[in-house]
Amino acid sequence: MSDALVTLEGVTKTYSGITALDNVGFTIAAGEAVCLAGENGSGKSTLIKILAGVEQADRGRIAFAGVDQGPLNPRLSAAAGIKVIFQDFSLFPNLSVAENIAFSAEIGEGARLFHKRRVHDLAARTLKRIGVDIPLGVAVETLSVAHKQLVAICRALATEARLIIMDEPTTALTEREVRVLLDIIRRLKADGVAVLFVSHKLAEVLEVCEHVVVLRNGQKVAEGPAHEFDAAILTRHMTGRDVAGTPPVPLPASAPVLMEVSGLNKEGACSDISFTLRAGEVLGVSGLLGSGRTTLAKALFGLVKPDRGTIKLDGKIVPLGDPVAAAEAGIGYVPEDRLTEGLFLTQSILQNVAIGRLDAHGARAGLLDLGAAVSEARDWLGRLSVKTSNPEAPVRSLSGGNQQRVVLARWMARSPRVLILNGPSVGVDVGSKSEIHAIIAGLAAQGLGVIVISDDLPEVLTTCHRVLVMKAGRIVEDIDAVSISETDLAHRLAS
Amino acid sequence: MSIDWTRNETLVALVILAFCVLAALSDPGFLSLATLTDLLRGGIVLGIFAVAAMIVLISGGIDVSFTAVAAFTMYVTAMILNAALPGLPWWGALAMGMAIGACLGAFNGVLIAFFGLPTLIVTLGTMSIFRGVMLTFIGQKQITTLPPGMREFGRMMLVRGENADGSFYSLHGAFLITVLSVVVTWVILHRTMLGRQIFAIGGSEESARRIGINVRAVQFFIYIYVGALAGLAGIIHASMARVANPFDLVGLELSVIAAVVLGGARLAGGHGTLTGTILGVALIVLVRNSLIVLGIPSTWQSVAIGCLILLGTGLPAWQAKRAAARAA
Amino acid sequence: MQPIRRLVASPEGRLAVIAVVIFVGMALLSPDRFLSVQNLTSMAFQFPEFAILALAMTVTMLTGGIDLSVVGIANMTAIIAAMILTSVTGSGDGVGVLLMALTVSVAVGLVAGLFNGILIATLGLPPILATLGSGLIFTGIAIAMTGGSAVMGFPPATAWIGNATVWGIPAPLILFTLLAVGISLLLTRTAFGVKLRMYGANPLAARYAAINIDAMLIRVYMLSGALASVAGMVVMSRANSAKADYGSSYLLLAVLIAVLGGVNPYGGYGRVIGVVLAVLSMQFLSSGMNMLQVSNFARELIWGSLLIFVMIVNTWRAKARHA
Repeated sequence: MSDALVTLEGVTKTYSGITALDNVGFTIAAGEAVCLAGENGSGKSTLIKILAGVEQADRGRIAFAGVDQGPLNPRLSAAAGIKVIFQDFSLFPNLSVAENIAFSAEIGEGARLFHKRRVHDLAARTLKRIGVDIPLGVAVETLSVAHKQLVAICRALATEARLIIMDEPTTALTEREVRVLLDIIRRLKADGVAVLFVSHKLAEVLEVCEHVVVLRNGQKVAEGPAHEFDAAILTRHMTGRDVAGTPPVPLPASAPVLMEVSGLNKEGACSDISFTLRAGEVLGVSGLLGSGRTTLAKALFGLVKPDRGTIKLDGKIVPLGDPVAAAEAGIGYVPEDRLTEGLFLTQSILQNVAIGRLDAHGARAGLLDLGAAVSEARDWLGRLSVKTSNPEAPVRSLSGGNQQRVVLARWMARSPRVLILNGPSVGVDVGSKSEIHAIIAGLAAQGLGVIVISDDLPEVLTTCHRVLVMKAGRIVEDIDAVSISETDLAHRLAS
Repeated sequence: MSIDWTRNETLVALVILAFCVLAALSDPGFLSLATLTDLLRGGIVLGIFAVAAMIVLISGGIDVSFTAVAAFTMYVTAMILNAALPGLPWWGALAMGMAIGACLGAFNGVLIAFFGLPTLIVTLGTMSIFRGVMLTFIGQKQITTLPPGMREFGRMMLVRGENADGSFYSLHGAFLITVLSVVVTWVILHRTMLGRQIFAIGGSEESARRIGINVRAVQFFIYIYVGALAGLAGIIHASMARVANPFDLVGLELSVIAAVVLGGARLAGGHGTLTGTILGVALIVLVRNSLIVLGIPSTWQSVAIGCLILLGTGLPAWQAKRAAARAA
Repeated sequence: MQPIRRLVASPEGRLAVIAVVIFVGMALLSPDRFLSVQNLTSMAFQFPEFAILALAMTVTMLTGGIDLSVVGIANMTAIIAAMILTSVTGSGDGVGVLLMALTVSVAVGLVAGLFNGILIATLGLPPILATLGSGLIFTGIAIAMTGGSAVMGFPPATAWIGNATVWGIPAPLILFTLLAVGISLLLTRTAFGVKLRMYGANPLAARYAAINIDAMLIRVYMLSGALASVAGMVVMSRANSAKADYGSSYLLLAVLIAVLGGVNPYGGYGRVIGVVLAVLSMQFLSSGMNMLQVSNFARELIWGSLLIFVMIVNTWRAKARHA
């Protein structure tokens, strides 16, 4: 194809003997949106880095607009109009919106002096182009996640952009925000800008895509027009097997009440939250970003101190605003952001599990019974089938799914009564996801109360007995999950 | 104009104001030209140091070696000029000081920018190295006869006068150099892309790298610039003191950093203003010079500065903590 | 080859090699003087005071913090002890009053550490600034109490801590060994130690793992304060006086030793054995150079160079392992 904007042929990259990309090739045309799907570790990130010029391919041909490229670097790629929006957006929190938007453009032009007026004009023009209104002067650190992403998109558009690569564009966004994003993508495509979505959670962007490429273990395993793919087909290609969602085992009517929350209130975040959780029940809490769902989760675990309200576990009042007390009372919390909130990345896998139960292994003279603590941690790694050749290795060496199991193991070792899981499968590959769902079902079967906070609706429907819908800090609906369809639930969240 | 009470600048300005009001109440003679010139004089060297320390803090680093750079530079410059170039005019001495300081700064720059070592550790190490080289191989005795250029510079006064009580007051010409350093630094930080890149690196080094900022080059520049400023401050210090004492200046670095932090620069990087830095220096100098006016014996000076540091960093930290608790 | 490669794979292993090389080198350069009993004992008397400060620094650095107030605490507590010691004049060797002075001094060290801990844990100040400020306050109190002059004239028992030997082993060395073993056990074999290292690795994850962070941090800085006060006692006893500006060069030396010993200044990694090896390397180097008539100031030069050399090697090794 001569009108291809970007052509990849036989691109291969190995890292110290491990093949990350093996003979991958596809093309992207101007104004086209392409989905690049794959589980974590399938080679997606390597491909982004090669296109962005951060890494160089060992073999293969890369051509922009039909012109073969030599070794790329970030400046060359940017000059060719290839713009990457990284998952973390890579913005400067301390600088203003205007400066963030204009920075790459100014660097690209080789500007030596800083002209505030010019920067503001460029930023204002770019924001106008995608039709959003964000104050130019405020520091980016004060913005919401969705606004940060918009700023990152604007930065990519501020200079001549021909291909925008979006790394995991939807993981941080709620459905409504995803819709805003898709609108913007449609406009860009109309302007002739190509978009490459790179993600393992792509069903929601399929509607704006023309073309789908699926990677598995560094190889291209499927390619075709987008209308030939749906979520199930994508999943099958990404994992190489079928993953069917089954609804949870119904809760017996006799299940006793485990936790009782009444009148929980946090000024500006959530108001008058009351609900009960029964033993063996999996309760979903869903809502858009900013609906108060994460604040509620944190308040239950004491990370946020509510202004008023009570939490009772087995009839006993749990002190508010104190995670240590909450944990002692039998509440556990698996945070959303594993890497910054859940794990001690440089510490060993074993220590990451054992840290939850150190106080239980005191031996003589205040010293720790290390042997017992370690063998208990090993036991839990085995039970949750964490795949590792060396439990002494730093936990960062594990894949996302295994890392999530490490955090789960830490809490399960404490035999909690209630476990709160915030986004249990965020950033986890599809295969591990269903295994994590099985773990959740197993916990409920043991009589734990499980609270799943998620806006991944299929996940909510496969794991939960009941769903609380949150809006503007309040619980607006309490729905029996068995009786509702995904589209209906999506509608109730977003309406 | 609305006043932002959460800013460090406001807080420090208020403390300075309160100090002056109290001092004026307890000693009417406090509000005099002599007090002002003393204050400005005390801020000449500290001010240049503070500007240097601020740039490093903005970029997300910390430098504790600048006092050692200054001491090394003033001593070596005085020695070289005495031995080889006694005819060099005062501006030549200053230029030479900046050049030597820049070379020492480049040494920090190589270790930080190209070897990627943590800034605190590098500058801690180079501080010992610069001092060690000077005292071991160059000399330990004070140079009491400065070269003519530096002597000439030492006599340059901007303002000179006599108080009502017959004592003299004066403001050294070097004050203009401090003002110039502030202005040049302001232009670099706010009117050049280089300056914006310094802020960007302080905000997020990884992001800076990703959008194609040459982080190494910027860091390298920062430490050279800081070295040059420190060298300049060293020559000014020796000229004003009319002696090059190799044991001077070192030990001041933490007070300087304290002044900058009082002024609102953050250790985490990305934040810092020259206004705040100047106010921070003013407060430290005021406490050093005039604590006695408030009836507090000068032996309590370091307690007072310590309390100011805790107050100046504690209030914003505490506010941030409360804001985080509210927002979460 | 294999065992050597394994040895130099860890920062502590490399440091052990460095310490041995320096020891052997100095012994070869000046065999009869460096290896003399007199030199070996004098080294054993010299290093414990700053080595104890380095232990204090290590404990705080493991949490990703730092304690710049250790020298201030050491001097302030030494002056308080000195004032107690000098206020009691009379017969006897003063063992009773010495014990009382010691107790008060360590108690004051704990209180000073508590102050730091509250600033850092409860009020949320960055450790470097909190302890910079409090260090000035402690030093200031020491100056204000004495007007800046030295306090001296202690009962004879005071000299014991810094100058006595037990079965030929210098008392300060025994003290340091006990403290080092104690801290090492504390860091590796207690829940407190493991938690503080984990906290240093990721403070946010520690909060989410329901670790009682405030209490832990306060205890860390109290421990640091107590260790600093012990160092202050050793300095006081060896100098037979106490003064507000003693040991001011020890502050950066303590930081330097901790980092040289492989402690990660950003928290999460560090072992007492590394710190001990770093202390020994420093001491061998200074004593050896003393014998070789090298100026005192050359030590600073060599310390700084050693620090940067070790950092370059550590960083390079870490990078090589990642790639």
